[in-house]
Amino acid sequence: MPTLRFREALREAMIEEMERDDRVFLMGEEVGFYQGAYKVSEGMLEKFGTKRVIDTPIAEAGFAGVGVGAAMVGLRPIVEFMTWNFSAVAFDQILNNAAKVRQMSGGQFDCPIVFRGPNASARQVGSQHSHAMEHFYAHVPGLKVVAPAFPADAKGLLKAAIRDDNPVLFMESETLYGVKGEVSDGDAVVELGKATIARPGTDVTIAAYSRMTHVALEAAAVLEKDGISAEVVDLRSLRPLDEGTLVASVERTHRMVVVHEGWPYGGVGAEIADRVQRLAFDALDAPILRVATLDVPMPYSAKLEAACIPQAERVVATVKRLMARGRA
Amino acid sequence: MTSESPTQAPPLTRPSAELDHFAQLYRQMLLIRRVEEESARGYAEGKIGGFLHLYIGQEAVAAGALAALRPDDYVITTYRDHGIALAKGMPARALLAELFGKVTGCSRGLGGSMHMFDKEHHMLGGYGIVGGHIPLAAGVAFASKYREDGRVTLCFFGEGAVSIGGFHEGLSLAALWKLPIVFICENNEYSMGTPLSRSMSVEDVSLKALGYGMDRDRFFAEDVLEVERRIGEAVKRAREHSLPTLVEVRTYRFRGHSMSDPAKYRTQAELDEHKKRDPLHRARTAVLEQGFGDARMEALEKSVEAEVADAVKFANDSPEPTLAELEATTYSGPFAY
Repeated sequence: MPTLRFREALREAMIEEMERDDRVFLMGEEVGFYQGAYKVSEGMLEKFGTKRVIDTPIAEAGFAGVGVGAAMVGLRPIVEFMTWNFSAVAFDQILNNAAKVRQMSGGQFDCPIVFRGPNASARQVGSQHSHAMEHFYAHVPGLKVVAPAFPADAKGLLKAAIRDDNPVLFMESETLYGVKGEVSDGDAVVELGKATIARPGTDVTIAAYSRMTHVALEAAAVLEKDGISAEVVDLRSLRPLDEGTLVASVERTHRMVVVHEGWPYGGVGAEIADRVQRLAFDALDAPILRVATLDVPMPYSAKLEAACIPQAERVVATVKRLMARGRA
Repeated sequence: MTSESPTQAPPLTRPSAELDHFAQLYRQMLLIRRVEEESARGYAEGKIGGFLHLYIGQEAVAAGALAALRPDDYVITTYRDHGIALAKGMPARALLAELFGKVTGCSRGLGGSMHMFDKEHHMLGGYGIVGGHIPLAAGVAFASKYREDGRVTLCFFGEGAVSIGGFHEGLSLAALWKLPIVFICENNEYSMGTPLSRSMSVEDVSLKALGYGMDRDRFFAEDVLEVERRIGEAVKRAREHSLPTLVEVRTYRFRGHSMSDPAKYRTQAELDEHKKRDPLHRARTAVLEQGFGDARMEALEKSVEAEVADAVKFANDSPEPTLAELEATTYSGPFAY
């Protein structure tokens, strides 16, 4: 299998799907002539021309809405947000149109659209450019939300997202675009809604997704040296959420920590904690703990930013606190 | 200008096909008026809940504009959507059943007054967030251009939408990409209770087109044939040259913004003045003057009454949707939980 960077895996998925289906097109700021703000779409304009790789003005509400309208009448748009932070000004289009048009039309109209782009923190980009937007969107029925951690999943899930007849919100990470991994060059579609065990273990389950899966793996390596065997569940998909894999893991380990970027109030971690305690209460030896971004707007200072974002050390400390409680 | 000599005076009657068309437009307007009156009654009787925004007074806009389209052209509008949906071909039965919250409604009773969708007739719905559907409309026109299907999109909205971002982003993209679309601002003078003079620095809405390099038009919707002709020009520009137009159609709603609005922000004299120029009555008078004949008019009006009565009965007699509708209409395929 060839080794690809995360951004190349995304690009391959888009190219293959555009070659497979002429209803698929890519639209967003700087996706064409600039070759993508983060070079995800590099070379695609030359391959597909301006009809299918479309540069937009800075008008997220406008072009997100254009995508929804085009999807309603049969096209399959991929709309790139330069970052998910900017989707906030298109929130109405996603919440009120993409997510609801099927239900409010009594099932007459579908919205087969993919919104994608980098999500959550980058490096010292300050409070307005560091949002973990998946928590807002996973709340909304009608949407699907995906957040892969590895290049193979990035490609396979993006292909599945493009083929899905529902709006799928695809969360990437600026800090993952350069990550390398083996990627099948075949048509390896990864089904939405299936988590995977990124690292097997027996003492505690660490559930994570996107960049935090890598942080969880780093923490698991540290914990192993201290004699704690951590199982890392890479969620890959947040809505639908693979509660079966989470429950099965907790039934083996009896403890769970959820790691994600974004604020602790509500959100994906709270959702997982609720479901696992409901579905596997008897399997738990300790409360489910969360490691999230600190409950403040993201500061610019590198030192403070690092303190706000979940790091392996905080995950390790949280797991140790959990283990101590269980054994006390 | 040439003066007409007595011997060349125009005939008192239009050629029959033309007059029949005019009569059909009158019929369309009357159907909208009568369905809306039944809607008001249904609301008063508690059969319709939530918001109800009536189209009474504005019928010439829907009837005239939609007459300028091909059947496969697309239409999308705001929450004052009953008249537009009927003019696009939605059966009165499906519309009233939707208002009554019945599963036989156009949106299976899940949409309600503000969300009239009819895929078969390419009615892409009414939308409840002011201006939020205008980018969608641009996207529909974008799809037509992408596929080269020769279709035109009509996008309706009120003058209240002109102050919000969706309007500007939608028009900006449509002009930039030369999309086959006609933006129709139904300027009924009040955005809810606020008159134009208190909501916009420039009261001529059509002037907004200038900044986008877009063609524009502006006229009163008193004569349904004039509406058809003027919108027809914009539709032609869209279909033949793939260019958008902003058309400001000046109209007036005879009822409040919604059923809960007694419209105390305007005077009875103002309302009476507009009612004297009711485009529906104007069309009826003109159709008769052109020789349609009392007997045919009576038959036409009876057929409307019968259609409306049938639709009300259908809506009353239809069952309500069940919980089973909900998950299947939220996602295509398995529910994503």
